[in-house]
Order: sequence, then C-alpha cells, then structure tokens
Amino acid sequence: MEWNRRHVLGLSDFHPEEMEFVIDTARSMEEVLTRDIKKVPALRGKTVVNLFFEASTRTRTSFEIAGKRLSADVVNFSSSTSSVTKGETLLDTARNIEAMKPNILVVRHSASGAALFLSRHLSCSIINAGDGANEHPSQGLLDLYTILKVKGKIAGLKIAIVGDILHSRVVRSDLHSLGRMGAKLWLCGPAPLVPREMERTGAVVTSDIREAVRGADVIIMLRIQLERQKTSYFPSLREYSRRFGLNRDIFSLAKEDAVIMHPGPINRGVELSDELADCEQSLVLRQVESGVAVRMALLYLLAGGSHVAH
Amino acid sequence: MLLIKGGRVIDPASGRDEIGHLVLEDGKVREFLAGDPPARFQGKVISAEGKWVVPGLIDMHVHLRDPGYEWKEDILTGTRAAAAGGFTSVACMANTNPVNDSPEVTRHILEKARREGCANVFPVAAVTRGLEGKEMADFSELADAGAVAFSDDGKPVENPLLLRRAMEYVRPFGYRILSHAEDAVLAGGGAAHEGWTARKLGIPGIPSAAEEVAIARDILIARQVGGKLHIQHISTRMGVDLLRMARRAGLDVTGETAPQYFTLTDAALEGYDTNAKMNPPLRGEDDRMAILEGIQDGTIDAIACDHAPHESYVKKCEFAIAANGIIGLQTSLPLSLSLLAGGKLTPARLVELLSVGPARILGLRGKGTLAAGADADVTVIDPGAEWEFGPGDVLSKSKNSPFLGWKMRGRAAATICCGRVRHTTIAGVTADA
Repeated sequence: MEWNRRHVLGLSDFHPEEMEFVIDTARSMEEVLTRDIKKVPALRGKTVVNLFFEASTRTRTSFEIAGKRLSADVVNFSSSTSSVTKGETLLDTARNIEAMKPNILVVRHSASGAALFLSRHLSCSIINAGDGANEHPSQGLLDLYTILKVKGKIAGLKIAIVGDILHSRVVRSDLHSLGRMGAKLWLCGPAPLVPREMERTGAVVTSDIREAVRGADVIIMLRIQLERQKTSYFPSLREYSRRFGLNRDIFSLAKEDAVIMHPGPINRGVELSDELADCEQSLVLRQVESGVAVRMALLYLLAGGSHVAH
Repeated sequence: MLLIKGGRVIDPASGRDEIGHLVLEDGKVREFLAGDPPARFQGKVISAEGKWVVPGLIDMHVHLRDPGYEWKEDILTGTRAAAAGGFTSVACMANTNPVNDSPEVTRHILEKARREGCANVFPVAAVTRGLEGKEMADFSELADAGAVAFSDDGKPVENPLLLRRAMEYVRPFGYRILSHAEDAVLAGGGAAHEGWTARKLGIPGIPSAAEEVAIARDILIARQVGGKLHIQHISTRMGVDLLRMARRAGLDVTGETAPQYFTLTDAALEGYDTNAKMNPPLRGEDDRMAILEGIQDGTIDAIACDHAPHESYVKKCEFAIAANGIIGLQTSLPLSLSLLAGGKLTPARLVELLSVGPARILGLRGKGTLAAGADADVTVIDPGAEWEFGPGDVLSKSKNSPFLGWKMRGRAAATICCGRVRHTTIAGVTADA
C-alpha cells in the first residue's frame, strides 16, 4: 500500500490496512533489532527532534533509540513550561525548533490537541507522542502489535482496560487500534473516571472489575495517576486497590491463556499486584520491545521510506 | 428630518406590523404615516421597500474591553461593529481594567461613547468590588453615574449570602442583577461541555449542572427576597426549564441566550477549534433544541451575543489555555433571522427578543419602540440579503468568530441611532458623520 501521511497525530483516522502496514514495517524493524549491529542507515542525514513538554522517560528514550537505530540525528528538547503565562508560547517554541530544520518533530504535551495544533502551523512532520488526554498513537500501535504477536489476531478478543479511563490518552488510541481491528473492549474503573459517554465507542463501561476480567483474553491495566488529579475521584489508593486492583484472585476469572499489559510505569500493589507484574503472562516488557520497533516504523515511513526495509 | 419610506414597520410595543413610512425629527420618532409617502419632504430619505423597519436593536450583553484592554476592542470599534450588525444600543459588561465598579469608570465609558461611539452604550456595573465576590459595589453612586444594571459577568458571585444581600439591597431601588450563573467549583476547571465531544477529544468537561445549579440557586434567592433577576447566556435545557418555572411562579426573573447556543453544538469543537471555545460552553443538540423551544414559547426574553473580542494569540494556542469567548455583534441578527425559517417565529417576536425585551429588562426609556416620541433609534433589516461573513467584514479589532466563512441570509440595511445614519448598505444613502 501507499503511505502518504505527513504526520501521525492520532489513530482516529487510521484504516485497519494502514495499521497493518505499520505493523508489517515494525516487524522488519524488529528483525534489525535482533542483529548484532542494531543499526541501519535508513534515516542517515535526517534529524528527529524529541520536543517534550511533559516529563517522560520511557517514551522519549524509546523514540530516541528508534531514531538512532535508523541512523537519524536525534535531539532532545525538554521543557516543563507548557504554560503561555510563563513566557514563550507553544507555537513560538515549536517555530524556533522548526527553524533549525528538523525532518520530524516528536511532540509530547499536556494539552489535548497540541500535536494537531502544531501540525497546522509547522511544515515538518509531526509524531504525537501523547497530547493531554487525547491520543498516544504509537502506544496504540504497539499495544496492537504486542497482542498480535501473542494472540495472532485481534478480532473477537475480549480486551479489558482498567483504570483512569477519563484522563487516559492510551485508551483513546487503543479504542481506535484494538477496536477497529474487531476486539470487544471493556472499560472499567471508578465511575468518575469512566465517563458513560465512552459507551459511544462501542465499548462496555463498568465499575465491576470481575465483569470486565471474566473471560477476557487481554487485560490492560492503566497507571493511576494521582499527580494528574487536582480533585479526588476516589477515596484512597487503598480503596482503589481493593476495588480495581488486579490480583491473582481476579485474574483467575480471565481466560486461561489471558495476558496482562500495562503502559507503565507500574504502581506495584496499587493497580497491579507485585506478583502479577512479574508473572509469565505479563507482557509489560514485550510492550517496551514492540514500542521501539513501532516507533522505528513510524519514523521510517514519515521520513519517506515507502517499502519495507531490508 | 429623516424619512424611512415604504418599509414594513414592525413595532410590537405598539402592536404595529404594516407597510408605511416613519418620520424622525430631532432625535425622536415624529410619526408613522400609512398610505402614500409625503409628496414633499425636506430631509434625508431612506427607501425601505421590501425591508423591515424595526425599533433599534439592543444587545444587552457585550464586552467592549474599554477601558483597559483596548487592543482587543474599544468603544469606537465595538460600537462600529454594533451599528454594522444592526444594533443601536449595547450594554457593556464590567470586566474592564479597572473594573467598572466606580462612577469614574462608568462616566469614562459614557463620555467616550458620546464622543466616539456609533451606538448608544449602557454600562452594566459590577455587583462586587473588583468582581472579587467579597464586598458589594456602591450601587446608587454607579446608577447615578449611568449604570443600568449590575453584573459580575465573567465570574459568578460565588457567595450566596452576598448575592442575597445585594439583590435584597437594590430591590427598593428597582435595579436588576444580571447573573452569570455558574457554579465554578462544580465546573471543575473544565474547558468544554461535558459530553461525547469532550470525552473523545480528551478535554475536561463542564457539566450542565454547573449552570443549572447556579440558575436554581439564583432564582431561589430572588424568590426569597423578591429581587429582580436576569439570567445571562442560558445554554442548557434545564436552565430554560428553571426560568420557565420561575416565570410561572410569578417571579421577576428574565433570561437571555446567545445565537451561538441555538446555532451550534459542542460538535463545533472538533479539531480543537478555539474559536468555538466559550463559557458557558457550546452544549449538546438536546440543549440547543431546548433553547429554541424557550425562544419560541416566550420563556427566553432576549437574544444577546456576549460579544467577547480576543486578540489572535490568546486563541492561537493549546485548547486548554485558549481564552473563552467569541465576537458576535455582526452575526447576531442574521443568525437570529434564521429562526424565522419554517414560520416557527414571527418577525414581531424576533423584534421583541432583539429590542423590546432588552429595553424592558434594562428599563431603557424611549428604546424598544417606534411610538411617536420614542428615541429615533431604528434598524432597517433586509431579511433576504445573501452574504458571506468574511474576515474582511469584521469591524471589531478581534476576529475570533466560529462563523467566519458562513453564508448568511439577512442583514441590517441601515442603522439609525438618535436620528443619525450610522450604517447603511442602501444605494444612494450615506452615513452621517
């Protein structure tokens, strides 16, 4: 198929074939990662800037490694000042970076819509590495890829996503990637964090983790982000863990070959018991592996690679 | 002397809706003439054949940003936009800098409007000093200086006891409190209507209840003290229902909505369009239908556009931190005219919403009617004019409108304020200096 996107801002307008194409490309990238010399010259002479307005270690590192594996020059720009009141506007900052002529800007920002906004005013390619509570497309794709590796298909799987659905950009991308490939999605969490409107996506909304987990093929646990909550959405972490934490007991309700995923970082003992985090059925580290391959694929495709690399 | 000839004169206050001629003299309406126009007329003549001649339109909710934010708008540009939009009078809110909580600011606005304005300007002064919600402003002094009502618009009066005391205190003087009804705590720092669009876009929501709780509270306080209350920019179904209930209970509670709330829904936020960001936020389709019902059955007394100019850079940014509000003076009339389609609203009722109602709510003597002796404020409406609202048409200093590029039907063909032609699109007629 023909790849003609200039940006990857979200998965809301990705067709299933397009997602499959990215996954195919990621597969050949993953092959590179098994070599002794894990580097190909595909992006030699291209510059990738990681423009991160929000603290992130793993996503930024993942994009950085992905870029370097492809021989791109990767530059990291981190700024915690995302507020216009503190000085330079987002647009001014981004335009300054753009004036240094990068090929691809990887943007993370706390405001929903920030990546789309920049794509309207800049001429370089943009990858959304997470914008507020909107989307995190590379995560949506890597979750898809990880499940495909283990299950071989998506259609018909029961996938439960448990946690803070309201503030989660991972959910909003997973709903597109996993939902569009035919998974039956269940969204579970404390009612104030699981808006009823999400039923419009076709997902089942519940506050009963047992219902969500029962017969599930995949369980995606989300980090409870206390730091994002200005007001209280549930009584305490203790109460949360009791109602919505995944432990051996609840996990036993899932299919025998069910797997556990988590976008990280994990609050051990809160959303996921210590034991389950490290169990054989946990795909957490495989998600990280898939992440590098998927991000290599995205960088490669946006930089003009039109066919699968060798 | 000015003769407006051959138009359909619609004056609900005197029960008139007929073809005829209107004579203006010395800043007042002299008379209405039916039949043939006067054969000899010494003065300016405006041919209004095929057009409507109505009492000058009044927008009771605008932000002129003057004093203090003149880079967004000032009294000259704001009233120029008003005149172009068919408005002969505007009531401007108190969130200027300094806040209009002192007679000096009220007088500054009135004097500047007299000197430079293209429309009558009626200042609305603050309920509380500095809009801080702590101490009452000096109502009598402000009223004597020319304030026509009181509002902390932009911010709700959070303290119910303070609101009660204010409403109770001004009741014997007949002043009305205009309420920006919002429970700010319940609004929870949201940036868009709490509904599917906000969920999908990952924008924190403002629940309808944040408006409804506050409207209910304010109505109950008005009932308790027998005060005169006006609810600003109603945007929700239950908000309309509460106003209807208050009216049925015989309370002196009035209410306004804005064209954006009966024209758009939160779907306009798709793509994070900051020009569709406002407070109260654009709501859902069910709310929009309820606003239309409230307009039709007479629950809603006035259409006011909440003209809120903002320079481009506070809109050209992340949605979450973009400023709230849109300009509206030049689009309010055509968007309101669209309500007539399908015959659900009569032209006379529209004139009530855009002129008679606001004049009554604010107690503006001589406004909202074309009866002999009334002020010579007249709007000539061309209900069939087809035009497109482009950036070049914007007379405000700011261009923050979600309606740019919209095809409009109907506009002000002439706006006459105090007997002076302030705007006209009619060939052969020139505006007065």
